[in-house]
Amino acid sequence: MATDTLFSLGADALKKLRRESVDRPVIFVGAGTCGLGAGAAQTLDAVRKWITVNAVAADIVETGCIGLCAEEPLMDVQLPGRTRISFKKVTGEKAPKILESVFTGTVDAKAALVQFDDGVNKGWDGVPTFAEHPFFKRQTRWVLKNCGVIDPESLEEYRAHGGYEALRKTLSGITPAEAVETVLKSGLRGRGGGGFPTGKKWQFARAEKSDLKYLICNADEGDPGAFMDRAVIEGDPYRLLEGMALAAYAIGAREAYIYIRAEYPLAVERLERAIACAEKHGLLGERILGSDFSLHVHIKMGAGAFVCGEETALINSIEGKRGMPRPRPPFPAVKGLFGRPTVINNVETLANIPVIFAHGAEWFAQVGTAASKGTKVFALSGKVVNTGLVEVVMGTTIREIVFAIGGGIEHGAAFKAVQIGGPSGGCIPEANLDTEIDYEKLKTVGAMMGSGGLVVMDEHTCMVDVAKFFMDFIQRESCGKCIPCREGTRRMLEILQSITRSRKNETGEQALQRFQGVMQLTELAEVIRSTSLCGLGQTAPNPVLSTLKWFRDEYDAHVYDRKCPAGACKELLSYRIVEPLCKGCTLCAKKCPVGAIKGAAKSPHYIIEEKCIRCGACIAACPFKAIETE
Amino acid sequence: MNTVTTQILTKYPGAGRDKLIPILQEVQEADGYISKEAVALIGRHLGLAASKIYGVATFYNQFRFKPKGAYHIMVCRGTACHVKGSADILSALERLLQLKAGDTSRDGRFSIEVVACIGACGLAPVICVNGEYHGKLTVDKLEKIIESYRQREAAHGN
Repeated sequence: MATDTLFSLGADALKKLRRESVDRPVIFVGAGTCGLGAGAAQTLDAVRKWITVNAVAADIVETGCIGLCAEEPLMDVQLPGRTRISFKKVTGEKAPKILESVFTGTVDAKAALVQFDDGVNKGWDGVPTFAEHPFFKRQTRWVLKNCGVIDPESLEEYRAHGGYEALRKTLSGITPAEAVETVLKSGLRGRGGGGFPTGKKWQFARAEKSDLKYLICNADEGDPGAFMDRAVIEGDPYRLLEGMALAAYAIGAREAYIYIRAEYPLAVERLERAIACAEKHGLLGERILGSDFSLHVHIKMGAGAFVCGEETALINSIEGKRGMPRPRPPFPAVKGLFGRPTVINNVETLANIPVIFAHGAEWFAQVGTAASKGTKVFALSGKVVNTGLVEVVMGTTIREIVFAIGGGIEHGAAFKAVQIGGPSGGCIPEANLDTEIDYEKLKTVGAMMGSGGLVVMDEHTCMVDVAKFFMDFIQRESCGKCIPCREGTRRMLEILQSITRSRKNETGEQALQRFQGVMQLTELAEVIRSTSLCGLGQTAPNPVLSTLKWFRDEYDAHVYDRKCPAGACKELLSYRIVEPLCKGCTLCAKKCPVGAIKGAAKSPHYIIEEKCIRCGACIAACPFKAIETE
Repeated sequence: MNTVTTQILTKYPGAGRDKLIPILQEVQEADGYISKEAVALIGRHLGLAASKIYGVATFYNQFRFKPKGAYHIMVCRGTACHVKGSADILSALERLLQLKAGDTSRDGRFSIEVVACIGACGLAPVICVNGEYHGKLTVDKLEKIIESYRQREAAHGN
């Protein structure tokens, strides 16, 4: 049926779909969640208005996110005969002017971000190509290849960029056993955190005899600081569906679930539409591409529980229970969802599958380090210039990601650490920045790959505060099944709270407990780590252990000197007005939300320490820089 | 009594326990929260004790048991947002609205919810008001945003 039309597209039609040449102008707007957050909706409105007002015959395409969140909203324009050019920070107000400049051929190279060098169309002077732009040139984009480039809602465009070729080849010429073998040989490991060899997981499930097997795609990206799964689904949903079809074929599953966060409404919407469209074209559903293989994909929305990233907890959640892990074995590959063999793979893992089948296991395994193959997507955020999504080959150093691709620390501040792996991971200090991205090497420095969140921290970030933040998160998200995790993480949080509490808020023996607590941290951590059932508990103490290991001096400053060197722990700060500098303009007193600043006009003011909530509003308000903290 | 819930339940004839979370999600989507009456109705439909339903519903962060405000403000407290000062944003918001996180204002106009991560880390710190994202926030920017919603609400009310 409709499948034929998709696969019988001629070379010219495919070229058109790839937009190697266009008959009329095309305007692309990056409208992923992050783009919309930066104001892409207003940009879209402005573009539509401009087109109607100027009576220009042009197409508008909403794409996903190309990965450079810091420069959003992004707008690309492709004129007939010219290369596609991308502009940064295109707000609704700026859009008409930029469009004007493109259509009159007077582009300001400074407003442009990058151009798509295709070797055919005429380029724009002074605008870097992808091979030249510092953010893009060091990346190897396999998983993110189409993100931000194609229309994510168009199956034809995905097809034109080589999509579904892997599935067609596999279904017509490779047995499921050979497919498992291919993934084994590729060396692909789970991208969700643990790094378990994907092929092995498939092999276990394939070996099980059962009338029904399940494939689950884990899109419950609960790790704060990671958003690559969202970007892949929003920007290239068919890649995930093709990967799932290949995985299900290999393990012999006929039913598949995508367990996705409810916080990602746009991703859910795109996925629902993509599934419906793939079914219509015979790429999902009964007898896919005319073969004997059938697959039905269902979407299950997560309800917000970090522990559901753990396989067995996720299964419980799909079954309608509390998302609590259960002991393994039996492993899900043997006894999983509804008691049937189940394979659970992360979004990025599955998005890699079409790449492997399209190019072969050997080709895939050529890239990377000895034990970590292929690429990894990182969500670069925090105090770095170029925040966004970065895909690099395994073996790239963290220094390269943060400084060469990320552009270094914003506002010229000094680098302190980078947090990798979310609440289960650890911090990497300056001294270890040359660590390569590799599952094992990251473990040797007390961190882990995790799902790929990279949060950069500078001199103004307090590492004790960061540890406290993660402990607060973990103790709230602990499911409560294992007592060491439930109670232990709570105790650890209390200890961290005690050392960041101001002395005047301490009562009774709390000062004594503060000293005692710090000594107990490592011991507590060891008990939690060795006696918890699931990954959440076993890795829960990591943020504390790794900050304690690398930033002991900061802990000491909090405990003994009662000072926060970074100035982030509010309670340990005191605000003071420097009398000679204060002109008595009363601005700070007006801004102070609690009325803690007193003084007559035109004479120096003073701060009532007891009332001060240390919000910093006065510092921001003072035009004479007369307020200091210590 | 609770006609919305009844209507939703008719879409799930003969449903088993695995439909519990989707039903709760749909009820919350329609009603804004999970009411006692809804729990009783769902329990009867699925053959589950109310205690079991509360056991599941309270486990997950998504479900709320109080109605949400006309403007529901989600404050992201992910790592990137934290490093960029979301704690200040949250306390400023609580101060501005005289409202604690997790609560709804008495006039039903605003409610604040803290979420683990919205997934827009590149724009940290971020809040999301009724599906509209506001990124790269400062306390000043936040004040303006809240003011604009107050005005919108006032215009709507008149």
